[in-house]
Amino acid sequence: MAEAAAGRGRRAGARLREGAPLLPFFAYLVIFLVIPTVAVLVGSVYLDGSFSFGRIHELFSSTALAALWKSVLLSASTAVVGAVLGAVLAWLVASSPPTSVLRRMMLSLCSVLAQFGGVALAFAFVATVGSTGVLTLWVAHLGVDLAGSGWLYTLTGLVLVYTYFQIPLMVIVFLPALEGLKAQWREAAVSLGATGWQYWRQVAVPLLTPAFLGSMLLLFANAFAAYATAAALVSIGSPIVPLLIRQALTSEVVLGQSGFAYALALEMIVVVAVVMVAYTLLVRRTSRWLR
Amino acid sequence: MTRRTRALRVVLLVLFGIFFLLPIYASALFSLRRPGGGHSMAAWTAIVSDDQLYPAVLVSLGLAFVSVVLMLLLLVPTMIWVRLRAPWARRLVEFLCLLPLTIPALVIVVGLKGVYAWVTYFLGFIGLGESALALTFIYVVLTLPYAYRALDTSLSAIDLQTLAEAARSLGAGWTATITRVVVPNIWSGMLSASFIAIAVVLGEYTIASLMGYQNLQVVIVLLGKTDGPTSVAASLATILLGFVLLLVLSLATRGRRRHVVGGAVR
Amino acid sequence: MSQRPTERTPSDRSRPGVSVELTDLTRTYGQVNALDGLTLRLEPGELVALLGPSGCGKTTALRILAGLDEATSGTVAVDGQDLTSVPANKRDMGMVFQAYSLFPHLTVLDNVAFGLKLRGDDRTNRHLRAAEMLELVGLSEHSEKYASQLSGGQQQRVALARALAIRPRVLLLDEPLSALDAKVRVQLREEIRRVQLEVGTTTLFVTHDQEEALAVADRVGVMSHGRLEQIAAPAELYAHPATPFVAEFVGLNNKVPAVVSAGKAEVLGVQVPTLVGSVEDAGLAMVRPESLSVRADSEGTASITSVAFLGPISRVHCTLADQTPVIAQLTSSQARDLAPGQRVSLEVEPAPVLVVPAATMGA
Repeated sequence: MAEAAAGRGRRAGARLREGAPLLPFFAYLVIFLVIPTVAVLVGSVYLDGSFSFGRIHELFSSTALAALWKSVLLSASTAVVGAVLGAVLAWLVASSPPTSVLRRMMLSLCSVLAQFGGVALAFAFVATVGSTGVLTLWVAHLGVDLAGSGWLYTLTGLVLVYTYFQIPLMVIVFLPALEGLKAQWREAAVSLGATGWQYWRQVAVPLLTPAFLGSMLLLFANAFAAYATAAALVSIGSPIVPLLIRQALTSEVVLGQSGFAYALALEMIVVVAVVMVAYTLLVRRTSRWLR
Repeated sequence: MTRRTRALRVVLLVLFGIFFLLPIYASALFSLRRPGGGHSMAAWTAIVSDDQLYPAVLVSLGLAFVSVVLMLLLLVPTMIWVRLRAPWARRLVEFLCLLPLTIPALVIVVGLKGVYAWVTYFLGFIGLGESALALTFIYVVLTLPYAYRALDTSLSAIDLQTLAEAARSLGAGWTATITRVVVPNIWSGMLSASFIAIAVVLGEYTIASLMGYQNLQVVIVLLGKTDGPTSVAASLATILLGFVLLLVLSLATRGRRRHVVGGAVR
Repeated sequence: MSQRPTERTPSDRSRPGVSVELTDLTRTYGQVNALDGLTLRLEPGELVALLGPSGCGKTTALRILAGLDEATSGTVAVDGQDLTSVPANKRDMGMVFQAYSLFPHLTVLDNVAFGLKLRGDDRTNRHLRAAEMLELVGLSEHSEKYASQLSGGQQQRVALARALAIRPRVLLLDEPLSALDAKVRVQLREEIRRVQLEVGTTTLFVTHDQEEALAVADRVGVMSHGRLEQIAAPAELYAHPATPFVAEFVGLNNKVPAVVSAGKAEVLGVQVPTLVGSVEDAGLAMVRPESLSVRADSEGTASITSVAFLGPISRVHCTLADQTPVIAQLTSSQARDLAPGQRVSLEVEPAPVLVVPAATMGA
């Protein structure tokens, strides 16, 4: 009994010694990641000393629901289009020689556009199809009004610009799965009598489907949480959830909306977390296959 | 590959090429426009001369540098230690590092606003006060998922346990083991973590704008309302810089791989 | 094998074996000649092993036969029919790869039935046939598992069943055992041979492991630099190597200085007959370790450097008077009284040897 307790004590002591060097890291993440997240969770139901579901209730107001619907529409449409086109592009990349400079340039460009574009992408499209954009002026000679009624600054414009970063993101997350297809599988299928098409239909597609769906979910989460591109393009109105959060944050003092931002942020966490969990489950399955 | 597939590949590559390069090409043309007509480099020289833009460029570069240093100091010893002495914490560390992918930057801002008084107190305490450099603490969090993956890859490529045991048996203490034996062997991972972190910080807009700091991207958006060509030039510059950083990284790793193959042939 | 392959009763499980002819195959990759005029004939029902070091062209030959690679020149014929321009998926060849070739998203049963499904067999028939094949390789109880739940040896047995399920005209085995543990390797190679004899399919087995090749094949072809050095039954290959390369590659050999005259070589003081291809004057005789006997002799000119005990046998490492190192293989009881440092005399048994020029063998 006493010995067991002493053993536990020793083990706990060892844990403490092993754990001590990790403390700065944990402390840092608690302060700058965990506390803000918890603050959102708490703040959405508890603020200024009182507990209420009022703010959660506000999520079901027509403004908030409309924004949620448009966010889902934007994220889903760009996730589907991005996943399909991105998978095609990933196939083009995967079948090029792995050391070619063109391939490396394509992957670097994809990485930049997918992950670090934000504001810059918005401006690139303003410069292309905005009211004085380069392409707009070119086709104006042909009598076509490309900029139209300022569609670039509405949901339609967001769909175009989001697709522009969703496709490269798909390339980056889907390429490893595509490259995980082993040459032996194709050769085994062919030697058993499969045509190229039958190999794709019966081996490659079933193997890639979980990775494809998982990547599509990741794209959805990515679009749902994106802020910079939308904020740079849309300055009037708040059609989607991230922009509604901006509005709530910047006007909370004026309108006494304090706390609505918390509820919207909570909504965002919930949507993104659900999608990411589904993504993890799907990808875990694929990674067992395509190691 | 049949001739038909090859033709299809070329056609598709051209279409994707047009879709992706047209906006970049258009940005380049747009940035050379002069308000009255004709061409000039004025928008590009503004990046290092404009009263509003240049300070923001410096702020963002400074943020990138400080964030990289802080990220490496925080992450490298932690990841090494976890692999050597505290494997029980590995899943937790990985979870925390990848968490920012699930918790959008926007949510972190909202949360931070709630504990803002506390944050400003903390920043005042360490002498940063209202400086934009305060952003560095949150930027480190944003870079963690990318940095973790880069470092994890290069740590997995070496036999850390054996290296450390060898160093310790030769009389090195933990500090010497990490700084003189392990770090030189994960140099490439640290480099790629740093490059990616620089790209993240230079492109960051969400947190800076909502917390009211003026970094490069915030000023680009401000300028967009008055001086289109300059803001387009500056945003194109950040994309190109990120592209060059990642391409250099990719070519550098290829150089090493080729070296190994060459050695095997000889 | 005294029994001729064609005389075997054809199994009802498979079509009877057919002949395979590779004629003057070459394959160049840029500057490299992977195959340099390979001609090889497999008799119906025969198992031929292609043996050689990596890069000798043996896998290229198998892949050209499978249709997965194209020959630069030369022809491939099966049962007298030219297949050179027939695509891989129309060749009816069952192939087993080095490893990891099972489709991970299908069960074992569906993997084995895959080729039959492509041939349009209905569900009942293909499952019956697949079950029969799984029984043949002894994996019936694993039919609902996935590849990731099987050991490496089990996966390769499933791959064998899958290749045989389509009643292939030829069975191709591309180093099927090289990714497995030593013990499983021995077990599985015997299993492969048993199954092959049972179905009677003409089989090409590519390997770099000489023991494996000698153990399973009717005939072994030794390849080097894209050419066939010699093809013969295992015992013949071992006893009568035709070229220095074969002599050195197959089995362990001592190189003992010898003087040849009138078809006889004098090796360690003993007159020994020489094999075709030997030199006509002084050279090095390729002497098997088991052809040497060691006798304790205080007047002997050789001395023992070390004795390695390997269970039933022992290898005695000696140095001759001229410092040439040689290895003798004795039964452990014969070697019991030998110790390092001891002076001994060596004797060679009068079996025919190949005597090669001293220069080509190098040091």
